[in-house]
Amino acid sequence: MNWGRVRTVARTDLRQLLLARDFWMPMGILGAIFFFVVPTILLLAITKVGDINAVQQLSNALEVLPQQAQEAIQGDTPAGRASYAMAVYLFAPVAVVVPLTISTAVGAATIVGERERGTGEFLAHSPADVKEIYLGKLIASLVPGYLTTLVGFGVYSLVVNLIVGPEVGGWFFPTKQWWILMLWVVPPFLALTLSLVLRLSARVKSTAAAQQASGLVTLPLIMVAYSQSTGALFGAGSASIWIGTVAWIIAILGLTRGMRAVTRARLLGVADGI
Amino acid sequence: MTFTTARPDPDPADAEATHDLAVELRSVSRGFGDVKALDDLTLTAPAHAITVLLGPNGAGKTTAIRMITGALNPDSGSVRVFGLDPGVEGEQVRRRCGVVSAKPALYDRLSGWDNLGYAAELYGLGRGDAAGRAIRESAARFGIEAALDQQVGGYSTGMKTRLALARSVMHGPELLLFDEPTSGLDPESSHAVLELIREMADTGSTVVMCTHLLLEAEGLAERVVILDGGTDLIAGSPGDLTGRFWPHLVVRLDAEDPADLDRVAGMEGVVGYERDDRGLEASGSGAGGATVQLDDLARVPEVVFALAAAGVRVTRVEPHVPSLEDLYFAVRDGREAFSEQGRGTSREVAA
Repeated sequence: MNWGRVRTVARTDLRQLLLARDFWMPMGILGAIFFFVVPTILLLAITKVGDINAVQQLSNALEVLPQQAQEAIQGDTPAGRASYAMAVYLFAPVAVVVPLTISTAVGAATIVGERERGTGEFLAHSPADVKEIYLGKLIASLVPGYLTTLVGFGVYSLVVNLIVGPEVGGWFFPTKQWWILMLWVVPPFLALTLSLVLRLSARVKSTAAAQQASGLVTLPLIMVAYSQSTGALFGAGSASIWIGTVAWIIAILGLTRGMRAVTRARLLGVADGI
Repeated sequence: MTFTTARPDPDPADAEATHDLAVELRSVSRGFGDVKALDDLTLTAPAHAITVLLGPNGAGKTTAIRMITGALNPDSGSVRVFGLDPGVEGEQVRRRCGVVSAKPALYDRLSGWDNLGYAAELYGLGRGDAAGRAIRESAARFGIEAALDQQVGGYSTGMKTRLALARSVMHGPELLLFDEPTSGLDPESSHAVLELIREMADTGSTVVMCTHLLLEAEGLAERVVILDGGTDLIAGSPGDLTGRFWPHLVVRLDAEDPADLDRVAGMEGVVGYERDDRGLEASGSGAGGATVQLDDLARVPEVVFALAAAGVRVTRVEPHVPSLEDLYFAVRDGREAFSEQGRGTSREVAA
């Protein structure tokens, strides 16, 4: 394995994405909506709202959370407790939906796109091994989603601390569970999803077909990732570690199998079944 | 008397007997589902020469190129490039090859420089000064250095082809594989590209070029392989092949009354005669003609004098050098004739 060539493939794909304003603009907007706009509006509504009853009802609703999660909630006022719970527990899907959506969009087009543009011919004749091409494209698909998430996570932390912090006695975010979620749970779910998406991208006839098929395949995965991420936030530290570990094992298996999906014949678009 | 063509002998003076072979495909077959792209193809390309694969669309030329780099593996048969098996030692083979496909296969969003830089890294030139020098030199060689900073999506077709050519030679490959490199180019650009290919061959590179344009191959090919239906029909140098098909001097004669030319058939030194209406159709002047094979160039004045003495009004006398086009159609016609008679494969015809 020539890692230099893996980096080259990944870097070139990423450079093309950067130059594709029509791609990264919607993705940036998506990240901004999930990590900034929606949390800001909701948290401001809770902390600044004058309707005490509404906040009280929200605070009462927190009783459905697991005991351990309830005990961790900070804040002396109903608004403080409600906004803390909202910030820490209810925005887990944000961390999952954004990277999976962005990376799926990139990954779905990556191999079939080479074929459609005719550049698969160049790669097929190049000295690069198909595994190097696969890994390069995997990284190029993973980075935009995960990077958007990390940047969004930073923005989200700022929003949460600035709006909710004063209600609960100072800056508190990210919590330990959120660090584990972002660094240990989300990446394997992302890798697992991409292992399926890249296999689809290698096999289907067009980018449109790849996008549609990827959407169908990743939707259940997004739901699983959503539930597991939420569980990781609610559970004790070891639960999230275990969820992440199992996800990593499945992801590595998926990636290993997915590597076989990329062949030179498929880059050329002449493999049987394409 | 009818016009007859001499069938070529099994290639005793074939280039492969006297040259090192850069490429050898032996009895290679490859199918895609129900479609047989290559069917028992045997093809060789001597080192330091230009070999042209001629054939109609779907003849298997592109698949043959893909076999050479190991981009595709054969279902049966063997492929050797510089003595290596591309299916096993693909990386070593591909490092020594430069490929230009029918579509330039460039990244439109990237600049010309980035396209060449990408190839430089994949082919092991790295990203340093050496790679930069190679990029500049190859771009200058094909006259596109001024456009390197522009996005390739804005290039003309000719510029894209030049960039693809620059990319193919940047790493100093020993074997250049060009798959219809003038596809979509205007005549001027086509001419320039063919000149560049000739120059590259002059510097010692081995070139294998696919085309279905016979005029393009004329004057460029040192060795020709005619393909059809995934099979090689005939191979050899253009001179040898036309010599084998037309061993005698061919002269075109037109006359006001083409029937008067029939007396030529019985003259001394005439080894082949065929009357046709091609002259009639071409000139629209009412004249027709005949194609005559003579045993010697010195016979031409004798024949013309004899015809004039007999009162035949000859309107044209033109020695005819058989072109690749003549050869191509002669081979194709021969194949069809034999296919109709169920007398075996085209290669048997050719041999």
